Amino acid sequence: MLKEGRSPQGAFRIPSGCAVSSVFSKSGRRLDGSDIIRSIAIMHDRSNGLGGGFAGYGIYPEYAEQYAFHVFYNHAKAKEECEKFLNEHFDLVNLSKIPTRKIPQITDEPLIWRYFVTPLHTKLAESQLNEDEFVVRCVNRVNTYIDGAYIFSSGKNMGVFKAVGYPEDVGRFYRLEEYAGYCWTAHGRYPTNTPGWWGGAHPFALLDYSIVHNGEISSYDANRRFIEMYGYNCNLLTDTEVITYIIDYLVRRQGLTLREAANVIAAPFWTTIENKSPEERARLTYLRNVYAGLLITGPFSILVGFTGGLMALNDRLKLRSMVVGEKDDMAYVASEESAIRVIQPSLDKVWAPAGGEPVIFTLDQKND
Amino acid sequence: MDQKVYQLGQRYIGAGQSTGTIELHEVPGNALGAYLDGAEIVLHCNAQDATGDTMNAGEITIYGSTGDAAGYAMRGGSIYVQGDAGYRAGIHMKEYKDKVPVLVIGGKAGSFLGEYQAGGVIVVLGIGCEDRQPVGNFCGTGMHGGRIFLRTEHLPKDLPEQVIVRQADAEDMEIAAPLIRRYCEKFGADAEALLRDTYYVLRPNTKNPYRQLYVTN
Repeated sequence: MLKEGRSPQGAFRIPSGCAVSSVFSKSGRRLDGSDIIRSIAIMHDRSNGLGGGFAGYGIYPEYAEQYAFHVFYNHAKAKEECEKFLNEHFDLVNLSKIPTRKIPQITDEPLIWRYFVTPLHTKLAESQLNEDEFVVRCVNRVNTYIDGAYIFSSGKNMGVFKAVGYPEDVGRFYRLEEYAGYCWTAHGRYPTNTPGWWGGAHPFALLDYSIVHNGEISSYDANRRFIEMYGYNCNLLTDTEVITYIIDYLVRRQGLTLREAANVIAAPFWTTIENKSPEERARLTYLRNVYAGLLITGPFSILVGFTGGLMALNDRLKLRSMVVGEKDDMAYVASEESAIRVIQPSLDKVWAPAGGEPVIFTLDQKND
Repeated sequence: MDQKVYQLGQRYIGAGQSTGTIELHEVPGNALGAYLDGAEIVLHCNAQDATGDTMNAGEITIYGSTGDAAGYAMRGGSIYVQGDAGYRAGIHMKEYKDKVPVLVIGGKAGSFLGEYQAGGVIVVLGIGCEDRQPVGNFCGTGMHGGRIFLRTEHLPKDLPEQVIVRQADAEDMEIAAPLIRRYCEKFGADAEALLRDTYYVLRPNTKNPYRQLYVTN
């Protein structure tokens, strides 16, 4: 395990440390991974080489109906044990090593495998769960009980690629120029409170939801205690995974919209709520009361990728930076404007969303 | 002497510099003109975060908008922003004798404008947002020195008790008017029209000290 990163700054910090970026084609045009690498690379100094990663959406159209599992194995025994489990629960349509490029900047890599799977009909029927819940439980089981195995990506037609290293090197390592998707998110890590390791790199994903996060969660333990009551296990040594589970819980299981989920995790202050219209006040009060344990405090800017869309959100005090740009069918969100300008010098629109104000982009509806 | 070549997204451009002029056409990185000590910076695009962090003297002119924490802990010199400023503009600004920092924002400012301000002058012109308050929430929280001028008819509802707000009088405008004129010279706005509008000035309430803000002891 690599040594723990330390922040050189004091208690009050001007936004720094960690970088996020994303590109999104509203028309569904598929872009290869080279732009997102150039974007995150310009913010090199925001990370310290202890983690980088990407999520791509729309990258596996040929296996769009299967869950794509990306798995790290520390050793062959973990692989053997995990594959036995997968074979018992899933139909493995395709399996292979994830292609990587040997480069000096990325070392000590685990075994990295990819499986396109469908839940076994008999097992699924027996479990009396829906398909997504079945998959979530299987992923949770592997990550919690199989030592040395970690399923870090489990959505359909999307995939997470992450490693210890600077993000631009991680992108080259995974040959992202060979993939094409309508949405990419990226992260450069500067771990402050927890160790840098392969599993601790962002994005964190569950089903097709993926999170990249710049910040640190002051309320982590309160959030963890709440979410662990609902069957999630926080075992990845970093605060960000809890955001992934919160989004999954609120959106998939509770049926909230993403905007409502944003109002829960970045709820406005009571003093701010008091000045809202009566309906809005009632709505925000309800969300704050029912999901009090899921309010995330402390600085954060996050990008949430999901099938067909992207959400950007800052903490309610906006203690981390985030800029949004738009040009024709493209939407860009990044920690710094320069990370957008480097791939799109002329923008139709550029702005900084307010703290707690979610910005959501989705694919244009096709008229067919 | 030719200007040095600066990269897109480069941090700390002009940091601590005391002489000369830097002109930029591509978005610089964070902390543009940090600790600036007399040099001039002219930016023909947007700035990122922490513009003029702790600057001491000189001038930064931005033909665009600036990100969060512009003029953070500024102690002298001036920053003119044609468009908007992000969150926490002018926080911890301070002054001493003839060192009175100036931050002029043409558009709107985000939340926490002038938080813990201890000196200096902040002017928000709110051009383009005349129908609503030109600043976000928590404006002037913890303010204990200096002045914030707001050109608006819509004062924020959540101004802290420790701040006195009143319509700017002739004496107040002696401070603000030259800054507004200078803004208009730089960016081509109509100074006389702007000066005819209503301004409010925020100052700390010296009769209501902070001893009971956090605990009642």
